[in-house]
Amino acid sequence: MAPQNLDALAAMIPDGALLALPPDDSLAPNALIRALIRRNVRNLRLIGVPTSGFGTDLLIGAGCVATVETSAATLGEAGTGPRFAAAVRAGSIRVIDATCPAIHTALQAAEKGVPFMPLRGVLGSDVMNHRPDWHVMANPFAADDDPILLLPALTPDFAAFHASCADSEGNVWVGRRRELATMAHASRANVVTVERIVPGRLLDDETMAPGVISGVYIRAIAVAERGAWPGGLLDEYEADRAHIADYARIARSDGGFAEYLARHVQHTANQDAA
Amino acid sequence: MTTIAPQERLIATIARLILDPSAHPARHVAVGMASPIPAAACWLLKKSGHDIRISLLQRQTGGPFSEGGRELFDLAGQGRIDLFFLGGGQIDSEANINMIGTGEWPGTEFRFPGSFGSAFMYMTVPRTILFREEHTNRVLVERVDHISANGISDRAVIRRGRAQALVTGRCVFNFDGNRFTLASIHPGETIESIDANTAMSYLTPPDVGMTLDPTEAELGLLRGAVCDEMLSTYPDFCQRVWGRSLQEAEKAAN
Repeated sequence: MAPQNLDALAAMIPDGALLALPPDDSLAPNALIRALIRRNVRNLRLIGVPTSGFGTDLLIGAGCVATVETSAATLGEAGTGPRFAAAVRAGSIRVIDATCPAIHTALQAAEKGVPFMPLRGVLGSDVMNHRPDWHVMANPFAADDDPILLLPALTPDFAAFHASCADSEGNVWVGRRRELATMAHASRANVVTVERIVPGRLLDDETMAPGVISGVYIRAIAVAERGAWPGGLLDEYEADRAHIADYARIARSDGGFAEYLARHVQHTANQDAA
Repeated sequence: MTTIAPQERLIATIARLILDPSAHPARHVAVGMASPIPAAACWLLKKSGHDIRISLLQRQTGGPFSEGGRELFDLAGQGRIDLFFLGGGQIDSEANINMIGTGEWPGTEFRFPGSFGSAFMYMTVPRTILFREEHTNRVLVERVDHISANGISDRAVIRRGRAQALVTGRCVFNFDGNRFTLASIHPGETIESIDANTAMSYLTPPDVGMTLDPTEAELGLLRGAVCDEMLSTYPDFCQRVWGRSLQEAEKAAN
């Protein structure tokens, strides 16, 4: 699988796509998200796996998003995503609230090719009461009354993430972030940015193989050095906390966000496409 | 006698609640994101020699699990986590927590980040300690605007656990499965000041005492070994409370 450039990956994700994204501490594809904004993508239906962070906030602020299904929209210590909060207030996006294990479980159902999966807990939460697509049934294996939540399989059109490395066959290494494997397995197609392409075959290495997502699932790969920035990447580099804290403050106002977008997104094509 | 920081008192208070001999034993405690005070309470117990496993979810590198973010929930679903911590933008008389927002669904007046895993963890983990430093009428309300996770469940619903207590910046409430009871008040507060800042209903027994100070031994551990463990994960908190930074610690080590 020959690596492509970042803009080619961004062009593969059509307007209106159901797009799954990892949270900020789990290989967030922020360079690709900036490329998506530059290509002026519209009406994305985002899924936070299981929460949403910086990239989702940027996409919302740039007007690229129709709906967000997530368990939280957070910039960590910097609080709720400011553009997310503003969009909820303005009613300009539709938020579909979930809870973390429900997202994981719905993706696991899709990964297994089954139509639904049960999950304990959640009964009595208003999150459930606002999800007409979720159902409660009586546990058919229980002797006594035992209501349990059923979640429909969740099959994203695309998932996108930023990994450390890939090999020439498109196998991608994500280390211990195995929930990304579930996200990738459940999605119809995956577009992945990496720090580097490595020689050899990752699946032939017993140490690396348990952290690999097979190239079977991967549609396209691009090299984007420091492609998770301002997020961090495993033990390779730390999140740029100061930048995220600055963003959280600046992006509270429409004008501040527009300034941020002009400075850090619209004019950074060359840096992102390493 | 050294001056005790309010955060140090909260840490020691939570550590005592974790050890409560009348509650389900806490062999494995998980601590979620952005929770320096609960994390410090767990470290205080560990550094005091208690046999306790701590799984801290917020770590830049390393971390307790190898199956990704979902492993926490799989462990909880099986009953392998004994104690967890939750907070909330609003908390009410029935220990319901709201992490969604205020106003119309989904929080059109003021939006909080979202429910995270609370709707699941609150029911699958035997003990939850509720923690919220801000103790005001807007946080402790009679009825939350929206329920992220419910404090009480219908009898038919399988539920492994519930809130044990609620710790705030002003006091400690115990929860018995139905209602809160004022357990102790922090220095500087009175029964009246608690009442004036609490919009949720709770019981006030006749003999409410003051929250205990950390011991000198506990303070020594907090400012030394506990801070050492916390520096890389919570640099801002360590700087604010103990005036120590990661850079200085690294310089001293070299």
